[in-house]
Amino acid sequence: MKKKNTGGMLMTVLMYIFLYAPIIIMIVFSFNDSKSRTIWAGFTLRWYQELFRDDLIMSSLQTTIAVSVLASLISAVVGTYAAIGLFNMKKNWRKPLLTVNNIPVVNADIITGVSLALLFVSAGRLMGFELGFGTLLLAHISFDIPYVILSVMPKLYQLDQNLFEAAQDLGCTWFQTINKVIIPGIMPGIVNGLLIAFTMSLDDFVISYFTAGSSVQTLSMTIYAMTRRRISPKINAISTLIFAVVLLLLLVVNAREARQHKLELKKENTLKGAA
Amino acid sequence: MKRKIALLLCAAMFAGLFAGCGSKSASSETADKGVVNVYNWGEYIDTSLVDQFEKETGIKVNYKTFESNEQMYSVLKQGGVSYDVIIPSDYMISRLIQEDMLEPLDYTKIPNYSLIQDDLKGMDFDPQNQYSVPYMWGTVGIIYDPTKVGEVDSWGAMFDEKNSGKILMFDNSRDAMGIALKYLGYSLNTTDQTQLAEAAALLEKQKPLLQGYVMDEIFDKMESGEAAIGAYYAGDYLTMHESNPNLKFCIPKEGSNVFVDSMCVLKGAQNKDNAEAFINFMTGTEQSKKNAEFIGYTSPNKEVKDRMDLDELAMSVRYPDAAKLAKCESFINLPQETLDYYDSMWVKLKS
Amino acid sequence: MNEAPTLARDRGGVLSRWQRQAFAWPYMFWMAIFVVVPIALIAVYAFTNAQHQFTIDNFAGMTDYAGVFGRSLWLAFVATVVCLLLGYPVALAISRTDPKTQRILLMLIMLPMWINFLLRTYAWMSILENTGLLNRLFNAIGLISLVNRVGAHVSAGYTPIDHFQLINTGGAVVLGMVYNYLPFMILPIESVIVKIDPFVIEAAQDLGADGHTVFRKVILPLSLSGVISGITMVFVPAVSTFVISKLLSSGTVMLLGDLIEMQFTGAAYNPHLGAAISLIMMFIVVLCMSIMNKFGEGEEQAVVM
Repeated sequence: MKKKNTGGMLMTVLMYIFLYAPIIIMIVFSFNDSKSRTIWAGFTLRWYQELFRDDLIMSSLQTTIAVSVLASLISAVVGTYAAIGLFNMKKNWRKPLLTVNNIPVVNADIITGVSLALLFVSAGRLMGFELGFGTLLLAHISFDIPYVILSVMPKLYQLDQNLFEAAQDLGCTWFQTINKVIIPGIMPGIVNGLLIAFTMSLDDFVISYFTAGSSVQTLSMTIYAMTRRRISPKINAISTLIFAVVLLLLLVVNAREARQHKLELKKENTLKGAA
Repeated sequence: MKRKIALLLCAAMFAGLFAGCGSKSASSETADKGVVNVYNWGEYIDTSLVDQFEKETGIKVNYKTFESNEQMYSVLKQGGVSYDVIIPSDYMISRLIQEDMLEPLDYTKIPNYSLIQDDLKGMDFDPQNQYSVPYMWGTVGIIYDPTKVGEVDSWGAMFDEKNSGKILMFDNSRDAMGIALKYLGYSLNTTDQTQLAEAAALLEKQKPLLQGYVMDEIFDKMESGEAAIGAYYAGDYLTMHESNPNLKFCIPKEGSNVFVDSMCVLKGAQNKDNAEAFINFMTGTEQSKKNAEFIGYTSPNKEVKDRMDLDELAMSVRYPDAAKLAKCESFINLPQETLDYYDSMWVKLKS
Repeated sequence: MNEAPTLARDRGGVLSRWQRQAFAWPYMFWMAIFVVVPIALIAVYAFTNAQHQFTIDNFAGMTDYAGVFGRSLWLAFVATVVCLLLGYPVALAISRTDPKTQRILLMLIMLPMWINFLLRTYAWMSILENTGLLNRLFNAIGLISLVNRVGAHVSAGYTPIDHFQLINTGGAVVLGMVYNYLPFMILPIESVIVKIDPFVIEAAQDLGADGHTVFRKVILPLSLSGVISGITMVFVPAVSTFVISKLLSSGTVMLLGDLIEMQFTGAAYNPHLGAAISLIMMFIVVLCMSIMNKFGEGEEQAVVM
């Protein structure tokens, strides 16, 4: 098997170059001493300094973070309980419900965005509210929850069904079973779902674009408005910062997981040895 | 214990949720001096004036931009948004008035209105002076790089095959059709079906020659030399010229469009007083001068021209000579039937 | 703290299946409002006019847009095929590395998604423009003058070029799609291949299958569900994008997404027509997916990477 790797590996390397070339260009030009996107005019840090004085960028970053954090947390809670409920349903109920659940995932973003905008605008006309942070948050929650459910569901199936009975035989109520047995058991799925939801919220442009209205603006919307003319190097700077933070976080998480993984392997080996 | 934590977490989240909503409604209604929601063209204000207005009045400005009159109209029509001040062009203002989407202004709260040039008052789009205060005016022309496309004095250059791949065209139906109609020698405001169809066919023929349909993207593309000829608003030429001194500007001999963009207040605006304060502020002489110098358009304030200390080029673009101006025409609102034709023609052209 | 369990135990302690299901009720309510109603609204808009009367006029004029439908489907199809051809070998190669490398490689695929996709696509603009980085590179290494010299040799009427036309073409749009959606192809395929039991492969080898046969008869069929979810995850966003085409074609290559956006917040306001186009697009997507799902059952793990 090993001998076939060279071709595939070469392609993999090329693919990573393809994937990272634009990002490297973005990072390089965040240090460019001119507004040009293609001509290098010397090194500067001024975009990083100006960035923190730019009200528009800072307030849209705030909105983005607030929406992503709130939406992913709420979705994680609602989605986890919904998944447990769905898991306990008979198949002929669960299946159609999961299909509906999948709609926002497989549907085109633009249709989700437009349809939610139609809902919010008509409901707003009846009930007297406008598009704003509230509708933006609702929209994000409604496309985040399906990801949580999709990532929690498989973990529920993997749980040993005898665990529930054992827990209840030992006198646990259902709430205790859920909080002390099920939730810890599916925690990796919840965390995974939360992360996916957070990423989806952070990266979303299309749905926000249709549902945010006049008073709030996410970072993607600010960037989109800028593409109409020219992206300010300040945006390159802020993205470089976000990229660096995420890279760092991932490295930390990865190192920790790798350590845990090793521990588990060791445990398994000792168990095997004992047997 | 865990349950308690979960509950607390939920509570905290919901608090956050409502705080989010709360701060929004607070900022739009109950904060000290409140806010004003402004919806303007992209790249169409000296942002330091916004800061100055916020500082002087304590009113917070929520500033958002649109790319064309038509796009702004869509957003307003779709609803769910609450802008106070909008800054559309002439023909769009008369459409908005016809559709009862504007609020009459209280001119006693806008004393600076007296500074507006008299010939810009009571124009066709707002004959009774009830709804609008002029913001800027200007002309449409061709911006080109003579080293790449030679000298230009006619709209013909926009349809010339030898410029293929270097041409940028307006990305909105009214301006694009306006160019085609003018080139053919018709009125910008024609409702004659055969003339319209002829212009549409001309645009269809032009499409393969284009580098793209653009609005404000044209700045970047002309400044960097990516494109060599494009039609756009005169004032923006000055901004591009700063970065790319090769560029020249002309108002074609066939005549062109002269436009007035005016500040209006949307029907049912929640912050009407603040909106009028904003309009008054922007109309003041000092502010108008600063704004006009920054964006390159012509201020309707009659005191501005004499106070400007600019070179000849900057002045000639802002204040074109009367002979050229006489050939220019303003857009007026079109009957619904023609508007529908514009929309469907435009979608078909672009698809 | 201890009261609740006691009470619960007094009631019998165990919740009925019915009660356990109740955990999903709030979400069912949520789905009804935020998933079902919005789509119903699209349908309502599609079958009414501005005067709120029933009409099918919105669909009647649809043939005018056949070109846009054709172009969108074609470009999305090409992008999906390219993603598959690039993504499968890469997924296979990644799945064959040891777990630690694999983890890092997968992380590196997901990492770009944390940079706003508008910005990444915008960076491609800088690369592909006539005066962009690639054309400048070609100029610097003499490739363009070489082409001109060759061209002049080949035919007398040859007009020299000063750049390669990269941007504002269908190709640029496909490149943008491939760039943005390639990870969505690689991740599901990789996750499926990695789960294939190594014993199955060993067994095949023991039975005398060579590398090719193992791949064709074992790995490929077993990874089909990943391929199918990958195809769905690339094709759907590709067919409906409205930003990639706008940025990389300056508005000259119009796709379905652009057409829909134009009717709602763009330059030709007509939400009823926009809704009708959305409905047809949804129909096409559902049709494509149900055909795809005939080939395998990739639904549930589709999105979980």
